[in-house]
Amino acid sequence: MRNLLILVLLAAFGLMLYPIISEFSPNEGLSKVSEYYATPANVATINAANLVTAVVVTYRGLDTLGEVTILFLSAAIISFFIKAKESKRKLRANSEILITASRLLLPIIIMLGVYIFINGHLTPGGGFQGGSVIASAVILLILAFPEKPVNRKFLDFLESLSGSVYVAIAAMGAVVGLGFLDTTILPKGSFGHLVSAGAIPIIYSFIGLKVGAELSNILSQFRSVQSE
Amino acid sequence: MDYLIITAILLAVLMLVMTVIAIIHKKMMVAILASGGVGLFASVLYLLLAAPDVAMTEAAIGSGLTTIIFFYVLNRIRSNDQQKNETAK
Repeated sequence: MRNLLILVLLAAFGLMLYPIISEFSPNEGLSKVSEYYATPANVATINAANLVTAVVVTYRGLDTLGEVTILFLSAAIISFFIKAKESKRKLRANSEILITASRLLLPIIIMLGVYIFINGHLTPGGGFQGGSVIASAVILLILAFPEKPVNRKFLDFLESLSGSVYVAIAAMGAVVGLGFLDTTILPKGSFGHLVSAGAIPIIYSFIGLKVGAELSNILSQFRSVQSE
Repeated sequence: MDYLIITAILLAVLMLVMTVIAIIHKKMMVAILASGGVGLFASVLYLLLAAPDVAMTEAAIGSGLTTIIFFYVLNRIRSNDQQKNETAK
């Protein structure tokens, strides 16, 4: 009886979703909003080689600010609820391979993260991607050297500093008179160079630092409550 | 072109298999690893679908960070259970 009911429910759900498949037609061109973003005049105004970054930081800058705020809130809530107890854990010694490999790989992974967010306006990637790559380096650090303390004060400082700088740059646009979060407050530079696209590289670098610091902070919080 | 489509379908099937493992496997450890595998295959699929930035995020967060956090939480739950069992005895 109960299974029959579930079957009927599933069939009804399938019937509801069926038009999505039967009437599906792939997009032939850009939608109106994307067409506006991709017009040559607008691309020349922003001057970023990576159009995705131009959309994320400039046109949808407010969404990015919201995402950063959400991440900040979740990190703050986690550190509010988790109370670290300083007691030693008895752990098996790590294998030599893991320790040696992580010594070799850690700087390279952090370097890759920094590369991704500094080149966010030229190549695919950006602040969030670079930040999460840095956080994955912190995972490796925590796995290879579980005893090593993470300097949480520094992470907190970095996080608040980069968040404040991001909002300050965003507000600068309003002060200058171009609008909140306008990235053309700085000179455009030449297309495709590292120092170009106005304030986008600066904003994305600070977002990258902020995301990396926040995710590493969350990880170290979770590690600190493992010992009981 | 055909080659790409076949790879994409293979990846999608692998993702589905991983998802089913993550749902029905009895051992929690294997289920968590399988859910990390879903993220890994999804990131390769995003790369094939020409979304390299999404692929980067998915690879780092979907298969790295969440797996580690799940393991931490699992470890906590286990140690709590052990303490309860010891007090019960």
